[in-house]
Amino acid sequence: MSALVLSVSISVAQLMLVTAMGLYLFRMIRGPRAQDRVVALDAFYVTGMLLMITLGVRTNSTLYFEATVVIALLGFATSVALGKFLMRGEVIE
Amino acid sequence: MSPVADIPLPVALIISACLLGGALLTMVGAIGLLKFKTFYQRVHAPTLGSSMGMMFILASSIIYFSVSRGALVFHEVLIMVFLTLTTPISLMLIVRAALARDRAEGSADVPHVDAD
Repeated sequence: MSALVLSVSISVAQLMLVTAMGLYLFRMIRGPRAQDRVVALDAFYVTGMLLMITLGVRTNSTLYFEATVVIALLGFATSVALGKFLMRGEVIE
Repeated sequence: MSPVADIPLPVALIISACLLGGALLTMVGAIGLLKFKTFYQRVHAPTLGSSMGMMFILASSIIYFSVSRGALVFHEVLIMVFLTLTTPISLMLIVRAALARDRAEGSADVPHVDAD
């Protein structure tokens, strides 16, 4: 019973997260200006990270945690670099 | 591939509620990013997913692994602390860059400062 409840709710949650990623992707493609695309990318990696955590709960494995940490670290570096690029036109001056 | 069956039903319900709440908040944030009109309104929406949505989903992961392993597993707290620290930093950088870009091209939507 509890396995059924968990698997159904994990499936629904993953569906919602994938829908959210699709909406972010749509904004990233359409986004009228560069800053819209960067904000969408920032939210996109956080949502992908959450999707990977739900995958870890589904497969009952803690292996996905390391991948999650790497996504969080690299995503922050990406956002900072893109913000710097929007501000100055160069990442490293 | 399936979750372990030997966790009690009330705990499974709590985990499910946390997962669904977090995913719903993230999706609402994505809809907000798509629907709002200007950039400065849009930038608020996704933080719903990267603050409360992230907290709920990581809390469900902590509860699930603690119950199924029979020991306290809380390394997800690391991600919670890291994202809580870095999300405002990156968003402030991006929004200040956007403000500088709007001012540089003389947009009428943002307040200007006197060049003195």
